[in-house]
Amino acid sequence: MKNNKQKLILLGIVTALVVGVFLFWGINSSNIEFFLPRRMKKIGAILISAFCIGYSSVSFQTVTNNKILTPSVMGLDSLYMFIQTVIVFFFGSKQLVMMSGTSNFLLSVIVMLVCSCLLFLFMFGGDGKSLYFLILAGMIIGSLFSGLSTFMQVLLDPNEFTILQGKMFASFNNVNEGLFLVSLLIIGSVLVVTAKDYHKLDVLSLGADHAINLGVDYKKVVLKELLIIALLVSVSTALTGPITFLGILVASLSREMFKTYHHSVRIWGAVLLGSFALVFGQLIVERVFSLETTISVIINFVGGIYFIYLIVKEQMA
Amino acid sequence: MEVEKKRITAIRVSLLVAFIITAFLSLGIGVKDFSLLGLLQGNQEDLYLAVTSRIPRLLSVVITGAGLSISGLIMQTITNNKFVSPSTAGTMEWCRLGVLLAILFTGGKAPIVKIAFAFVISLAGTLVFMSLLQKVQMKNMFMIPLVGMMLGNVISSITTFLAYKYDVIQNISAWLQGNFSLVIKGSYEILYIGVPCVVIAYLYSSKFTIAGMGKSFATNLGLNHKAVVTVGLVIVAFITSLIVVTIGSIPFIGLIVPNIVSMYGGDNIKNTLFDTALFGAFFVLICDMIGRYLIYPYEINVSVIISVLGSIIFLLILWKKKR
Repeated sequence: MKNNKQKLILLGIVTALVVGVFLFWGINSSNIEFFLPRRMKKIGAILISAFCIGYSSVSFQTVTNNKILTPSVMGLDSLYMFIQTVIVFFFGSKQLVMMSGTSNFLLSVIVMLVCSCLLFLFMFGGDGKSLYFLILAGMIIGSLFSGLSTFMQVLLDPNEFTILQGKMFASFNNVNEGLFLVSLLIIGSVLVVTAKDYHKLDVLSLGADHAINLGVDYKKVVLKELLIIALLVSVSTALTGPITFLGILVASLSREMFKTYHHSVRIWGAVLLGSFALVFGQLIVERVFSLETTISVIINFVGGIYFIYLIVKEQMA
Repeated sequence: MEVEKKRITAIRVSLLVAFIITAFLSLGIGVKDFSLLGLLQGNQEDLYLAVTSRIPRLLSVVITGAGLSISGLIMQTITNNKFVSPSTAGTMEWCRLGVLLAILFTGGKAPIVKIAFAFVISLAGTLVFMSLLQKVQMKNMFMIPLVGMMLGNVISSITTFLAYKYDVIQNISAWLQGNFSLVIKGSYEILYIGVPCVVIAYLYSSKFTIAGMGKSFATNLGLNHKAVVTVGLVIVAFITSLIVVTIGSIPFIGLIVPNIVSMYGGDNIKNTLFDTALFGAFFVLICDMIGRYLIYPYEINVSVIISVLGSIIFLLILWKKKR
């Protein structure tokens, strides 16, 4: 346990160092006023995303009792983008401003909470389904939602839908800073609301039967976690766009690194790993590749290979 | 048995009739006015329009639909797994990597060069994937498409990375989404090379069925398992490369069409090869017509329509297989 704490602190220091490098690279007294506030907003958005992805992936794996599936592999971020597109579709295509604005964001989040509950019910309801089946179905559901989004975007504006696409959705090179404050508020309240849930998650990882025997109100906890997951996925997708394989990477790495059932450690480990990966990755993308590539490409490459490794390993076991 | 055969023939004939009617109707969709009657009366303008634009489009739709479906059928038969197809084994993504390399190394003006690159790369990639499958004994039927699609994602990210780096992302995006709107006389004829492949596929069909029963079983029956599998994959890689280069990637067809056909036509590929090709052509034609009709005079890419319809059908098949 003590060892884990040291690891966490070390990870925190390394992450803070990378954040420092990101913030102060090439800064001098004449340009500090211009660069620093902008970089801080960007870093803030990236860190919020890292928190969302880390928390949602680890707690999702515990709640659904598996080691491979994550919210984004199940298509939740495509679902969010689809909801956003539908909202613009029905509230008028001319109001592009609305797309990135707070009102659209809040409306999308509410719809997202309802829809993702339905999706969970659809996927996990009924008899037990095999893990591979769930992953495959989740990936197809993801491609269904992104297909539908593209479809509606073409209907919105057949001439310029690729431009529309670029404007509508955030990415790491195009962080939606307008939502920074709202997101901060949401994350703050999530932190408060979940402060006492880490122990319940520890018990949940024993499986549903044991958890109920030990006095956890299973259904209530699961529902609460799933709602929070849907909320967090909305926030991270709105701020920095979808990034499919980061969740699986950080959740598994954190499990390997800390080898504990304590969620307070595993979740924060995943969050720090995610922050490090994203900030370091963004630094590399901006400084080494001079924006010739995007961080999603790199993470999907590494994450995809890791994912195959996990599936094959699971199969061999 | 006799009743069963009659039923299959009835489905086949009605599908064929429906297809022919739809094919004629599809000639009439387009911005410029066109009448079939005028064509039959020998109206020069209608004839010109039909020959340069409408008929080429119809033919390329038919070849694409039939070719991809047959590729899927061959792959599913060889691996004896209903979830393997060019789009779930990474073949399409390898093709796109091949196209990118062709552009980078040769400037890639001539389609034949792109096809050659796409073919070599996708054949190599698919062979690697297949040998991986043989090494890792996959017990669960959902595993193979899962690993294949993941591998496809990884290859895709390599392609995107290189495309960003050498500033050809626009070119590569065009191959991401298949569509028939640019097909005119002179730009699609290369697709015809796919037709002999289909004939070879037909000649080999019984052998594919036997190969699908497993290596030792096939060898016992006197079949050169490795050779047959290689022939199958060469056909698949070639047809897929042709289509990716001339039309673009089109998801799901190779997966869902053979599944639908095998539901009513059974699993003997010799019997179902024709039905699969017909159904595939019909399906792509319908999707293309929806795309041309919905926001007329604009068009929605056929791959967008197919990815929506295809993923819904795929999910239904998944749920059915689960039971």
